Amino acid sequence: MSELAIDREIDRSKMQVSDEVAIEITNMNKWYGSFHVLRDINLTVNQGERIVIAGPSGSGKSTLIRCLNALEEHQQGTIIVDGTELSNDLKNIDKIRSEVGMVFQHFNLFPHLTILENCTLAPIWVRKTPKKEAEERAMHFLEKVKIPDQALKYPGQLSGGQQQRVAIARSLCMMPRIMLFDEPTSALDPEMIKEVLDTMIELAEEGMTMLCVTHEMGFARQVANRVIFMDAGQIVEQNEPEEFFNNPKSERTKLFLSQILGH
Amino acid sequence: MSDVSFVRTEMLPEQAPPASEVGALGWVKHNLFSSWFNTILTVVSLYAIYYVLSGVLPWIFQSVWNADSLNECREIMMATWGSTHGHACWAVINDRWLQLLFGFYPSHLYWRPILALVLLLVALAPVLYSDRVPTKMLIFSAIYPFLMPFLMWGGTIWGPISAALGFVAGWFVYSVLSKQVSELVGMIGAVVAAVIWWLVLSSYFTGAMSSVLPIGIEAVESRQFGGFMLAILLGVVAIGVSLPIGIVLALGRQSDLLIVKYLCVGFIEFIRGVPLITLLFVASLLLNLFLPPGTNFDIILRVMIMMTLFSAAYMAEVIRGGLAALPRGQYEGADSLGLNYWQAQRLIIMPQALKISIPGIVSTFIGIFKDTTLVSIIGLFDVIGLASAIRADTAWNGIYWELFAFIALLFFIVCFSMSRYSMYLERKLQTGHR
Ligand SMILES: Nc1ncnc2c1ncn2[C@@H]1O[C@H](COP(=O)(O)OP(=O)(O)O)[C@@H](O)[C@H]1O
Ligand SMILES: [Mg+2]
Repeated sequence: MSELAIDREIDRSKMQVSDEVAIEITNMNKWYGSFHVLRDINLTVNQGERIVIAGPSGSGKSTLIRCLNALEEHQQGTIIVDGTELSNDLKNIDKIRSEVGMVFQHFNLFPHLTILENCTLAPIWVRKTPKKEAEERAMHFLEKVKIPDQALKYPGQLSGGQQQRVAIARSLCMMPRIMLFDEPTSALDPEMIKEVLDTMIELAEEGMTMLCVTHEMGFARQVANRVIFMDAGQIVEQNEPEEFFNNPKSERTKLFLSQILGH
Repeated sequence: MSDVSFVRTEMLPEQAPPASEVGALGWVKHNLFSSWFNTILTVVSLYAIYYVLSGVLPWIFQSVWNADSLNECREIMMATWGSTHGHACWAVINDRWLQLLFGFYPSHLYWRPILALVLLLVALAPVLYSDRVPTKMLIFSAIYPFLMPFLMWGGTIWGPISAALGFVAGWFVYSVLSKQVSELVGMIGAVVAAVIWWLVLSSYFTGAMSSVLPIGIEAVESRQFGGFMLAILLGVVAIGVSLPIGIVLALGRQSDLLIVKYLCVGFIEFIRGVPLITLLFVASLLLNLFLPPGTNFDIILRVMIMMTLFSAAYMAEVIRGGLAALPRGQYEGADSLGLNYWQAQRLIIMPQALKISIPGIVSTFIGIFKDTTLVSIIGLFDVIGLASAIRADTAWNGIYWELFAFIALLFFIVCFSMSRYSMYLERKLQTGHR
C-alpha cells in the first residue's frame, strides 16, 4: 500500500483537461435496502481529468463508480455520462456501458476464453466489428500493455499483474472515452503493482479520462489532477493532489492520511 | 564472524532418486505395500478378485453357444462337463439377439434403425468433437432430429418437413419482431407462431401435400418398436431435448420476473417430487381420459415427453448448481462490456456453468438412459420386457442370468462411453494450470 515510487518521468504534454463535461452527477442518493450508502453526491468530471478516489473501506467508493456504468442503480438524483442520462432505459445503459470501460479488483476476465478472445468478444458482439479488425485492434492494445505473446493463452495461465493488464486491454478494445478503475492493484503482489500502474500512467499520458479508486498515493500525487476523499457515503474533501496531501482540511482526511501514509 | 553465518560456495547438482523409489519395484512398494495395514488390504483384495473371477470366467467362457432350447443346452453341458452348474447358455442370446435389439421391428427394415444410429453418430460428431470436425457439419446435426423420426416410423415425408417448418415459422416471427419491437416479444411471438403451426395448420399442410405429392417409405407402427433400440430412441430424445429445456428452466428459476420464476420452481419441484413410474402411468393411462376420444396420440411420443420433462427437471437443478458456482464478477465483467442479457448468458455464463456441471449432467444422462427400462412396466417391449417374453417361451423357460448379463453389457457399453466422454470433455475444457 501507500507510496510506491514511480521511477520515470511522466509526459504531461497530452494530459489536458478540456472544458467538455464527461460525467455530471447531481444530488445523487443511493440506498441498499434501508442503508443510505451514497449521500447527496455532486461531482462534475471534465474530459481528460484523472481523478483518484480515496477513503476508508466501506465508505462507498466502489458503489459510486459502479453507479457510473449502471452496475448499481441509484435511486435519486441524476447521472449524465457523456451526454446520456442514466435511467432505467436499457438502450441508454447499453450505450453508456460500451463507452465506459471498467477495470475490477479481481480482473473478472473470462477464464474459458483465450486472452485474444477476451479482448475481441465485446467488440464483435456489441460493436459488430468484423472479427479480423477486432483481432488486429486487440493485438494493438495487447502490445500496448506489453503482453502480445500471451494472446493465445488462457487467463488462468497468466500472473495477476498480467491478468490485470489484459483486463485493461479488454476495456480499451471497446474504445471507451472514460475508464473506471476499482482498486486495480489491491489484489496484486507488490512487484506486479508497478507493471499495472505503469500501464495506467501510459493511459493517462494519452489523455484518457480516468476515475480510479486506489490506495496508491504515489500514483495519486503524480498522475491525478484531483483527489476525492470519501467517508460514510459522502464526498468529504476534494483538492489538487499537492494541497490534498500536504494541507488536508478536514479532520477525517487528516486521520485517514496519517493512517495510510503511516506518519 | 558469528557461528550462524553461512555462505554456500558451490551449488548442488541434481541427482537421480534412489532405486527403491522408481520403476516397477518402487511403484509396488508405494501403491500396494506401503504399510502393514495396506499390505493386509492388498492381500484381501487380491483374494476377493480371484474368488469372483474364478467363478465368473469359467461360467462365461465354458459355455454353450448353439442350442434351440434350455433343455438342449443342459444336455450339451452334461455331455461336455458332466454338470449343468457353472456354465452359461449363450444359445438364448444367439437365438434371440435380433429381437433383443430391435423388438418386433420388421426384419426387412432393420436397415432403417441401423442407418438412423449411424447418422446419429455423424450428427453428434460436430457437437461432441467440435475441435476436430468441421463446423459446417452442424447443418446435418440440425436436420437429423427431423430425419430420425422419418427413418424410424416411415410414412410420408411431409410430416417431418411440416414439423421443421414450425421452427422456420418461429424463427421468421422472431427475426421480424425482435428487430421491430423487442427481443422478449420476439421470443414469445416465435413460440406462439410455432405452436399454432404445429397444432392447427400442420395437419392440413401434411394432408394436402401428401395427396398432391405422395412421397414416403413404408410405415412402422409404434407397437412394433422395442428392444434396445427403444432404449436408445427414448434415451437420445430425452437427453437431447432435456438439456436445452433444463437450461431454460434453470435461467427461469433465477429470473427477476416473479411469475416466470415461480412457474419454473413449481414445475421443477413437482416433477422431482414424483417417481418417474407414476409419470409413465399418467402417459399410458390417464392421458387417454383427458384427450378427446379418437385422438391418436402416439404412446412412444407420450413416453418421450414424460421422460424428457423428468430429465429436464433434474437437469435444471444440476445447471443451477453450475450457475451458483460462478463468481458475480463474471456477470459484472460481461455487463461492464455492454453485453446484453442473452449475449452474456450465451457467451460467458452458460459455457462456464455447463462446464462446471458436466459431471452432474452426464450422471443425469446416464440415469435417464437406464430409466428407459421402466417402460416395460407400462407394456412397451423394451429389452427387459422382451427378456420376460423370451422366458415365457417354453423353449427358454427358466433362463435368467444370460439374458440379464447380455442386457447389462449393452447398457454398460453405452453408459461407460458417456462417462468416458465426459472425462475427456472435462480435460479438454481445462484452461487454467493446476
Ligand atoms: N450489495 C450490497 N448490499 C448491501 N450493502 C452493500 C452492498 N454492497 C456494498 N454494501 C455496503 O455499502 C457500503 C459501501 O460499500 P463499498 O462501496 O463497496 O465501499 P468501498 O468500496 O468504499 O470499500 C459498505 O458498508 C458495504 O457493506
Ligand atoms: Mg471497494
